[in-house]
Amino acid sequence: MTGLQDKLTPAQVEEFGREMDEVRQRIVADLGQADVDYIHNVIKTQRALEVAGRGLLFAGFFPPAWVAGVTALSVAKILDNMEIGHNVMHGQYDWTRDPALSSQKFEWDTVAPSENWRHSHNYIHHTYTNILDKDRDIGYGVLRMDPAQKWNPYYLGNPVYATLLALFFQWGVMLHDLEVDRVVKGERTWAENKPVLRKIVRKAGRQVGKDYVLFPLLTGPLAPLTFLGNATANLTRNLWAFSIIFCGHFPADVESFTEEETENESRGQWYLRQILGSANITGGKLFHIMTGNLSHQIEHHLFPDIPARRYPEIAGEVRAICEKYGLPYNTGPLHKQLFSVAKKIVKLALPWNGEPRTPATVESDKTLRAA
Amino acid sequence: MTALVPRRARRLASLAEALLTPHGMDRYLELVDPMLVRREIRGLVTDVRRQTPDTVTLTIRPSRAWRGHIAGQYVRVTVEIDGVRRTRCYSPAGSEHDESLELTIKADPQGLVSRHLNRTVTIGSVLGLSTPDGEFTLPSPRPRRILLLSGGSGITPVLSMLRTLADEKHEGDLAFLHYSNGAEDALYRAELADLARRLPGLRVVHAFTHAKTGGDLHGFFSKEHLAETAPWYPDAETFLCGPKPLMDSVREVFEADGLGAHLHTEEFTPPALTFDTENAEGQVRFARSGREFANSGKPLLEQAEEAGLSPEHGCRMGICFSCTQIKTSGCVRNAKTGETSSEENEEIQLCISVPVGDVEINA
Repeated sequence: MTGLQDKLTPAQVEEFGREMDEVRQRIVADLGQADVDYIHNVIKTQRALEVAGRGLLFAGFFPPAWVAGVTALSVAKILDNMEIGHNVMHGQYDWTRDPALSSQKFEWDTVAPSENWRHSHNYIHHTYTNILDKDRDIGYGVLRMDPAQKWNPYYLGNPVYATLLALFFQWGVMLHDLEVDRVVKGERTWAENKPVLRKIVRKAGRQVGKDYVLFPLLTGPLAPLTFLGNATANLTRNLWAFSIIFCGHFPADVESFTEEETENESRGQWYLRQILGSANITGGKLFHIMTGNLSHQIEHHLFPDIPARRYPEIAGEVRAICEKYGLPYNTGPLHKQLFSVAKKIVKLALPWNGEPRTPATVESDKTLRAA
Repeated sequence: MTALVPRRARRLASLAEALLTPHGMDRYLELVDPMLVRREIRGLVTDVRRQTPDTVTLTIRPSRAWRGHIAGQYVRVTVEIDGVRRTRCYSPAGSEHDESLELTIKADPQGLVSRHLNRTVTIGSVLGLSTPDGEFTLPSPRPRRILLLSGGSGITPVLSMLRTLADEKHEGDLAFLHYSNGAEDALYRAELADLARRLPGLRVVHAFTHAKTGGDLHGFFSKEHLAETAPWYPDAETFLCGPKPLMDSVREVFEADGLGAHLHTEEFTPPALTFDTENAEGQVRFARSGREFANSGKPLLEQAEEAGLSPEHGCRMGICFSCTQIKTSGCVRNAKTGETSSEENEEIQLCISVPVGDVEINA
C-alpha cells in the first residue's frame, strides 16, 4: 500500500488531472454516428451468433454441429456481457437516447440483474476503486486479494475459492450484490437485501428457465445434449469473464489504497488512483473486442462512460501522460497477467503480508515537496 | 376455433419472449425488418409529397402495435440524427377513421428534427412513433355547430377533425378558417376544396395574412373574419391551433365575448418561457447519476443536458410529459405559468421547470 499523496506534487496532480480531462473532452466532442454504427454491428453479430448457436444445437446429435453451436453461443454470451452489456450499462451510449442502449434499461444475458450490478459495480467499484474495505471487488467478499486484508485460516482455501468463483462466475457476481459477508458481520441486515433478492430470484429464474429448461425441452430427445451445450457456453463465458476481470485489478504491482489517504481526493488524485489501481492486457483487435475492451482497464477506469471502442485510440496518449509524470502503466499479455494473478491468489492464502516496499513511483524529493 | 387462434398466437409469443429473455423479441425481429416489432410502434413512410417549399407531407403505415389516433391528438416522432435519437410531437392530419397516418411537417429554420425530416425522409424510411396522446379532441357526441380555426402548420390537428367529421358525414354547421401567408403557403388547398364539395354543411375560408389577393379573406385575424366565416360562432364549439400571435388574438376576442369556455386550443409553438439566468442561485442535483452543478436559472432539462446528462424528453415545451421526473426536494417554478411549487417527491416536467434555489431530482 502506498501513500497516494506522495506520488506527485499538488501542482503536478492538478496539471495531470487537467490533461486527462482534455483527453476526455476531445473524445466526448467527437462522439457520433460511427460509435452508434459500431455498437449496432456488435449487437447484430451477437444476435446472429446467438440464433445460430441455438439453432445448431437442434442438430446437436451431430458432434460438429454441437461444437459449432456451443462455440457460437459462448461467443454470443461473451459479447453480450462484455462489449455490449458492461459498456452499455456504464452509460457509454446514453447520449444516443436509444432505449435499447440505455444504461437504465439494458438487461444482460447473465443471472445477475443489471440493476443490482449497476450499484455494486458502476457505483461502488468505480467510485472506490481499490480502496480497502470500500471497494467490494477486492476479493469479492470471498478471496484474500490484498496483503492488507487480515489473514485468517479461512483464507487457506483461497485457490479453491478462486477456482470455484471462476467456474461459477455469473453466480458469484449475482451473489456479490447480496453482500453476504457484511450480513454475516452484522453490517447489513437481511431486510436491506429483500429488494436485491427479489430481483435476483426473478432474473435467475428466467435465465435458468431459458438455458436449462425451455431450450432443452424444445430439442426433444436431444434435451440432455442441449442442456450440456448451454451449460458449456455459460461455463466458457464464466471462465473468460473471470480471467479478464481479475487481470484488470489483481496482477502484481497494482496498488491499493486506504480510506484515509483517499479522503478529500481532488479530480486529479482520483484519476491517479484509477491508473495505479488498474492493469491492461495487450492483444489484437479481436481480442480487445472479446474483452469488451476491458483489456484497456486503465482507460476504462479513467473514463468509464466513454464508449469502450475509443479506449485503444487514446491508450497511447494515456500511456505517454503516465510516462511524463513518472507513473506506472501496468500492461502485459494475457498469460503474463493471469500468471501474476494466480501467483497472488496462492501467495495470499498464506499469512504473508507482503514485504514493506517503496512504491516505484515515489521519488524522495517529490515526497518532500508534496508534504 | 377462430377465438383459439389469437390465444394460441399469444401463447407462442410469450414462449418466444421467454426464450429470447433478457432482450425480448423486438430486439431480434428488428434486425430482420424494423417494421416487424411487436411492442414498439414504428412507421414506414409510404409516400412523400411537398405541398409547399418548406413542408413535407408523409403518409405512414404504422407497425402492428398502432391502435389509431383520435382527431386532434399528437404523436411523438423519433428520428436518429448523427447517432442521437431525437423526438418531437406532431399531430396527424388524417381522419381518425384512416388506417394510415399522415404527417405534415414544416421546416422550422431553427428546428433540428423538422429540417431533418424535410431533407432526408424518403419512401421506405422508418420512423419511431408513440401511442397518440393529447386532450385537444372533438367531444362525442359531436357538437352541432363546429368552427375549426388554424394558422400555418397548426392546420394538422384541425384538418384531422375536419376529415373525421367528413367521414362521419357531419350534418350540422361546419366552418374551417385557415390562415397562411399567401397562396404558395396554403397547405391542403385542393383537399379542402374537395371536402367542401363533398360536405354540404361545410364552409372553407382561406385567409392570407401577407397577400392582398387570391384568398377569401386578407390580413390578420379579426372579429370581422370570424363573423364572416361563421356568423353562428357564439353557439359553436371552436377548435384552434396555430402560431402564438393568432392564438392570442383569437383568445382575446372569445374572452371579450365571454365565450372562453367554448374555445379549445392546442399550442404547438413553444411558449416564450421566462427565466432569469442573472439571479439564479442554489445547486441542482441529479441523484441517480450523481451529477451536481450550480443552478443556471434555465429549465432543468437544459441544465441537465449542459451537464452531460441525456434525460428522456419529447416536445421540450411542457406538452408531452416524456421528461417527467420526480423532484425529491427543493422548489421549482413552472416557466409556462410562473407558479412555484416546493412539494417533496412530486412529478415535474424537466423541460419547463426552473429551479428556485437547491433542487434534487431522482434521475
